[in-house]
Amino acid sequence: MLCESCKENEATVHLTQVIDGAIKKLHLCEACAAKSGIDIQGPLSITDILLGMGIQKPADLPDAERTCPRCHMRRTDFKKTGRFGCAACYEAFAEELPPLLKAMHRSDHHTGKVPSRESLRVRASAELESLQQKMDKAIAAENFEEAARLRDAIVACRRRMNEPEARATP
Amino acid sequence: MTIAELMRQPSAWLAVGAGEGPVVSSRIRLARNVKDAAFPGWAGAEECERLWNRIEPAVRRVASLQPAESLAMGALDELERQILFERHLISREQAEKTKGSGLILRRDESLSAMVNEEDHLRLQGMRPGLSLRAIWEEVDRLDTEIEQRIEYAFSPKLGYLTACPTNVGTGMRASVMLHLPGLVLMNEINPVIKGMGKIGLAVRGLWGEGTEATGNMFQISNQMTLGDTEEQIVAVIEQIVQEIVEHERNARERLLERRETVVRDHVGRAYGILSHAHILTSKEALDLLSGLRLGIDLGILSTVSRRVVDELMLLTQPGHLQKLESKALKPKERDRYRARLVRERLTGSDRRRGEQIKE
Repeated sequence: MLCESCKENEATVHLTQVIDGAIKKLHLCEACAAKSGIDIQGPLSITDILLGMGIQKPADLPDAERTCPRCHMRRTDFKKTGRFGCAACYEAFAEELPPLLKAMHRSDHHTGKVPSRESLRVRASAELESLQQKMDKAIAAENFEEAARLRDAIVACRRRMNEPEARATP
Repeated sequence: MTIAELMRQPSAWLAVGAGEGPVVSSRIRLARNVKDAAFPGWAGAEECERLWNRIEPAVRRVASLQPAESLAMGALDELERQILFERHLISREQAEKTKGSGLILRRDESLSAMVNEEDHLRLQGMRPGLSLRAIWEEVDRLDTEIEQRIEYAFSPKLGYLTACPTNVGTGMRASVMLHLPGLVLMNEINPVIKGMGKIGLAVRGLWGEGTEATGNMFQISNQMTLGDTEEQIVAVIEQIVQEIVEHERNARERLLERRETVVRDHVGRAYGILSHAHILTSKEALDLLSGLRLGIDLGILSTVSRRVVDELMLLTQPGHLQKLESKALKPKERDRYRARLVRERLTGSDRRRGEQIKE
């Protein structure tokens, strides 16, 4: 089979992509594949596609040099590899995340397993957040009786959150 | 344990006795990272080695992995790493790493941990058949044991933090390997693949990302890791797999009803070529072995056992083949050695009687 791009060399790179449910096949020779930015060594991952990897973009934009305070990864480094440098990058590049997460995942909130040392704190703070939202809604709807009930629940929840620490310190 | 010893046992993803039918095996992996350490891809060689020295003793001792074996990538040669990759124990990416990266596995290969691949830890469980629930229980337990010893990078909102944001949240990739010759022969596979994409599942080939569906083998896995619980992810895949298996059974029945001669011809030709060919590429071998597997499933091939076919799927891979022949072989030489191996195993002929392969 000849390369679909140059129609001269034998096609050795066969790319199958599913785009909007349609299967698209591309047959290229190595040179043309490299030219169009396809990394034939490493497999093409969804991140690479989402981040438009391989296509060289001008990196000298003014805000390109945002850097992670902990591991010193630059925004341009992340754009290049699609991988973060450390856990703190999730904070440092927080504004990059929402569109990425939206394209990749079902929601932007973890609902699965929680490490045991985190679980107590996490569960309480999730409950707190949901109570707070409900109370705001109740106030907006001028349902003050419900709002007062929720306020009491929030106070109780805050107390519970502090309890284990209170117990730990004699 | 040496790699040669490893090769003497069946691989966990192709274990003998997996039962008949389209489901080959199931696999779950969890991505985890150590709190306050740079991810392996950014950490640099020295830091990775420090991390390996810190993670390895902690993980090697956990109860779930006993009896545990520890393999540092730097202590293995390229061929041995290739063999681990072919056995689905390490990724292609890790097979190219050396110092500061490694694999800790339970001897039976069903539970393992890649250290310093893309993430600090990739915990993996593998079992034959459709068994995601059981694997999740086991990997969950392993994960809980490790978190007593290592504090993970975790955010209440985003879950387990991973080097690549595609894995954040549960860090879980659950996948099932399916053998679907019926759907392929009936030309019904494309709508199935398209359907998977629509519901957010990925379809890949035998050896994961970027590989083609050789040998009518398809790996189905979740793409999304953030938003659903682990149990939800497992439940969705199990349900979809059961539906695909139903389609495949249906396709096989129709094949036998309407095109019995064509199917018998397909299986018979596969057997004929495999037992007489003198040059076999690994793709051709896998495609033809798929035909034998189908023939055995349908009860129209009784002279070959499933165990022999499953073994050959692995032993005909470049790494396993070269280790078996105890020498490095160029691709063209491999094709000849591969053909000889297949002939020997299928016809039970003895190598001493077989012809020598001219170098």
